[in-house]
This record gives sequence, structure tokens and C-alpha cells, in this order.
Amino acid sequence: MISVEKLTKQYGTTTVVDEVSFAVERSSISVIVGTSGSGKSTLLRMINRLVEPTSGRVLLDGTDTRSEPAHLLRRRIGYVIQGHGLFPHRTVAENIATVPRLLGWEESRIRARVEELLRVFQLDPLTYAGAFPHQLSGGQQQRVGVARALAAEPAVLLMDEPFGALDPIIRAKAQEDLLDIQRRFGTTIVLVTHDMDEAFRLGDRVAVMSQGRLLQYARPAVLLTHPADPLVSRMTGLSDRAMKLLSLTTAGEAALPGRGEGPAVAASASLREALSELVWSGAAGAVVIGADGQPCGQLTVAAILARGRP
Amino acid sequence: MTPWRRIDRLGLLLSALGAAALVLLPFVVFKANRIVPGEPHGLFEVLPAWAAWGSLAALVLAAAVALTVPGAKLRLAAALLGVGVLSLAVAAAADALTPAGNRVVRVAPGAAFWLLLVCLGLMATDAITRLRPGPLARVLLLAVLVAIAGAALAHGTFDNLSVMREYAVNAGRFAHEVRQHVWLSLGSLAAAAVVALPIGIACHRLPRWRAGVLATLNVIETIPAVALFGILMAPLGALAAALPWAGELGIRGIGAAPAAVALFLYALLPIVANTVAGLRRVSRAAVEAAHGMGMTNWQVLTHIELLLALPVILTGIRVVLVQNIGMVTIAALIGGGGLGTFVFQGIGQTAIDLVLLGAIPIVSLAFAAAVLLDALAELTDRAPA
Repeated sequence: MISVEKLTKQYGTTTVVDEVSFAVERSSISVIVGTSGSGKSTLLRMINRLVEPTSGRVLLDGTDTRSEPAHLLRRRIGYVIQGHGLFPHRTVAENIATVPRLLGWEESRIRARVEELLRVFQLDPLTYAGAFPHQLSGGQQQRVGVARALAAEPAVLLMDEPFGALDPIIRAKAQEDLLDIQRRFGTTIVLVTHDMDEAFRLGDRVAVMSQGRLLQYARPAVLLTHPADPLVSRMTGLSDRAMKLLSLTTAGEAALPGRGEGPAVAASASLREALSELVWSGAAGAVVIGADGQPCGQLTVAAILARGRP
Repeated sequence: MTPWRRIDRLGLLLSALGAAALVLLPFVVFKANRIVPGEPHGLFEVLPAWAAWGSLAALVLAAAVALTVPGAKLRLAAALLGVGVLSLAVAAAADALTPAGNRVVRVAPGAAFWLLLVCLGLMATDAITRLRPGPLARVLLLAVLVAIAGAALAHGTFDNLSVMREYAVNAGRFAHEVRQHVWLSLGSLAAAAVVALPIGIACHRLPRWRAGVLATLNVIETIPAVALFGILMAPLGALAAALPWAGELGIRGIGAAPAAVALFLYALLPIVANTVAGLRRVSRAAVEAAHGMGMTNWQVLTHIELLLALPVILTGIRVVLVQNIGMVTIAALIGGGGLGTFVFQGIGQTAIDLVLLGAIPIVSLAFAAAVLLDALAELTDRAPA
């Protein structure tokens, strides 16, 4: 879907992004993670050409992004930034309608789309369509920012620290919502963050950056079990890497056949949560309950622990 | 709470001042003709008893409200009632002192009238400030006041007052000078806005320019108006001499041209500075998002940046317009026309009524411009910072 090839950005003699290459599969989430100054934001902004690369290229569905004017390219790509960047002089509905208006959609189609998105993002159209951004809470502003980016049904969504300004509880909810939305619309997402937990929670693949270079681009579990660079394991954290690994697998995925005995654990819960439950209750095994409410397998402490190492 | 605490302090000051003025100072001044010294008259000397007592009662009522009533609406109503009665009283005094058909005598409002007007005006302003009316309500209030004043003038209520006598003599020129005054104020403002907006945008985009441009404009601002007229006379005169068609267009060393150019130059700084300040207050995230969603540079500038900066830019334009309306007065010194013509003619002839014929409309125009542009700036501010 997105193919980044040897992308480099230099300002004068400073190299901010250094020959970075990676590919993002259709309908997947790739998270670029790194410390501040690692070049992750610049890398993201080169994908929609807010920053023009010094060398290298970006292919979108096999087509070089430089084959059309930058502003036309950007209308096809959703873009969400930290602190939402809503237009304070426009209503929520007008904000969301921005790109459809630029694309010259018919008014009736715009209205229907705005209403649909408000409902998807749990904002009652009657209450919120005519409201101004400053009348919303931080979490609502953030949701409107994402809704605005998705308004013209872009295949690709770029997000630059989208949850950075939210408090932890609202942030967790926003992350859940994003996963729902992504499954619903099948959007391909590239997200930038400095928060490794967020990267692990959201990313199908995670790109770890440091000082302009891409250290490793892999599935989260691989970053833990086979770090390509000592810096990668430093950034993912050594002290709780087993627990992190457990949190990447669900009880349903790890369930063994048989009924078993012990406390009930939802199939959608992570192994980390299942282990916590077993430690708490003192049981040696648990019954895994599927989404239909019926037992679908069992877990033992030994089986869980085996999943917590490479 | 002691009774003293309940007495409004501003009301106390205004009431005391008004009462002292009414007792100690003349209400109207009567002159047998335009040149002889005037003789002062009190309110009760010139008006029939019922009218004098009625006027006094209205003024006492206004004072009582000013002293004791905290409600802003009632205070505003009392102040406006006072202004109305005061105006009618001075008009009636002029009528009473003027023999029928006599066009030679002059009856001018006296010091007591002016002081009472100031006191009631302050009371009304204070009440309006406390009421915090919305922009539309303020414009509506202005329109009502203008309509009442216009109706009274058209009806001839004040025709026997000295200022209106001067108007009657100068009626033809008056309309022309008002047009000239407004034209010079608005024309130089429009020209300055067309030039200053792009300069302001450029200063915002290129911070290296900003200090230099603003410093240059600041220097222009410090040149006294009369000196700037003088500086402009030589080049504009030379231009007119060198290019005959320029002279035919009205570009000369004296007259409206140097006045318009000077006003234009003075107008640049407030508009450029406010454009820069307005653009700087626009949220960077909003601009970044606008680019990120595929707006062209022109769309980002016109749909986002300028719209968000508009209230601040309008505040700059308000400063310029009020400043222009005042400064056009001086243009009369170099033959630029405008209401200043009456002011300087009046000063030359020591005819204070003629000065007022110029000064009162100038103050009214500036006041109306301020109210209108303030309201406009507030209406365009949809994004509380």
C-alpha cells in the first residue's frame, strides 16, 4: 500500500531522516516510535509531502507521490495532529466537511457523511454539529479531529502524536476507538508516537527510530524476542519484557483444548491479564470463555509462562 | 452598611458637578449680534416658570437615580431623559430670547449646559459599560440616537441656536465639506488597507523583514502632521509641475493630495502591526492541519489565517479610521477641505459657533465610526482565544 524507499531529509548539513525504507500493508497499522528529535515526525510528514524529501521516494499503491501536486495528494490522505488543529472559527460540522468541500462533493452527500461520522464517533449530531470546537472537551475535540481526517474516505490515515494531549483514561478509550474505526473502514494507518506502550497496543508493525535512522521495523513480539539493536531493547524496556510479550497474545489465541477448572477468563483478554487473574486467585488453571459466553478452552500457568519467553 | 456606602460615588461626583454648574454658570449666552460680547442667562431667567421647573425636575430625577439606583438600565434611561430635556430646554431658551424674524442675535449654549451634558453623557456611558450590550445592541442604540438627533435637526428644533445659525449661513458648503471629510478619511484608509495588508502578511511570513518595516513605519508615525504636510508639498508640487496630467488629476503641493498621502502614510503602521499581531495569534496547529488536509497556500491564507486574524485587523482599521477623522481636520490648513475648514475659519474670526459647526460633526463621526467598527470586530470574532 505504502512503500517508503530510501527516504532522506537534510537541512543544511544536518540529516534528520537518513535513508529510511519500509512498507505498510493495506488495512494495517504501522507505528513509528522514537525519542524527540529522532526524525519520526519528519518521516511522517514526507509521506504527504508537508516536507519534501531531499532524496528517496514514497509509493502509494505503486505510484510515486510526486506525480501529482502536493495539495491534491493530501486531499486523498487523512491527517491528524497533536492538539487536533481544529479550525476555531468553524463549527464541528464545517470542520469535518473540510476535505469533502475541497473535493467539491455535493452538499447532500457532505451532510450525510458528516452525520454518519458524528454517530460513529459517538457525538450526537443535533448537539454537536453546530457547536464550535472550544465548546467541546479535549476528548471530543480529538474525536472530531479524527472524524475530519476520515471525512473523504481516505485509504490512508497519517497521525502525528494524535493522543499526546489527552489524559491517560481518555487516551486508552481513544486508542480503543481508533482500533474499532480502523477495523470498520479498513483504513491503512501510519501513526507517530513517543510512547512505546501505545506503539505496542496499536501497531501491527512498529518502526523504531533513533537519530534519523530506522533501527528495526517488525511486529511488536519480534522487537521483544529478536531486537536488532541494543537501543531497541533499551527502548522497549528490559525489566518487564516478559510481561509485555504476554500482553501481545490473547487468551483465545493461546487456549489449549479441554474444559479445565478454575476462574473464567475472557478469550479477548491478554495473557498478561489471565496470569494476573491466576496469581490473584491462586488457581493453577483457568477456563477460557469465548465471545458467545461458552467455554472454548483452558489455560494453565505453565502454558502462559511458556508464552512469555522467546 | 451605612447609608453613605449605598450612595453611588460616580453619581455623587456627577450630581455635585451638575448642580454647581447649574447654580454658578450661565445656561445660555445671549449676544445682540455675532461680534459683541455675550450676556449670561440662567435657566429661570429665560424659560417660563413651568418649563424651567420641569427641566429642573428632570435633572433632579437624573441626579437622584445617579445617586441611589444601582440598576444600569434605569440609570441609562434617566441619563438619556436628562440629555433630551436638557436639549429641549436649551432650544426653548434660544427660541425665547430670539425676537421673531430676527436673524442677527446669537444665543449660544452656556457653560452650565455643556457641563451638564458631559455629566449626563458620563452617566450614560457608565451605564452602558455596566450593561455590556452585544455588538448589535450597541449599533441599534447608536442608530436610534442618530435618528432622534436627525429628526430634531430636520424639524428645526435647534434652529435658533447660534451653531444652527452658522449652519444656515453655510448650508451649501457644509454638505460639501462633510462629503470631503468622509471621502478623505475613508479613501486614505482604503488605499492604506490595500497596501498594508500584503505588507503585514509578508512581515508575518518573513520575520527578518518585520523589525525593519515596523521601525520605518514607526518613524513616519512620529512626524507631526503639519510637518508631514510640509515635507510632502515639495515633491508633490514638483510632480505636478513635471507632469501636467498629474496636476489635472488634483495632485498638487497643497490641497487634498498631500493630505490624502499623509493620512495614507499614518494609516500604514496600525494596519501592518495589527495584521502581524492578528496572524501571529492564529493557532499553528490549525494552519498545519489546513495544509495537511490539502488546502492550497491561498486557501490557507484566505479561509483560515486572515479570517482568524480579522478581528485584530479590524481593530487596527478602527484605530486608523478614528485617527483619520480627527486628522483630516488639519487638512483644512493646506486647502484640503473637510470640516476643519469651519474650525479654522471660526478660530480666525473668533467665532466659536463656527468652530463648533465643524467640531461637533467631527466628534460625532469619530464616535459613530468607533462604535460601528468595534461592533464589526466583535461580530467577526467567532473564536475566543
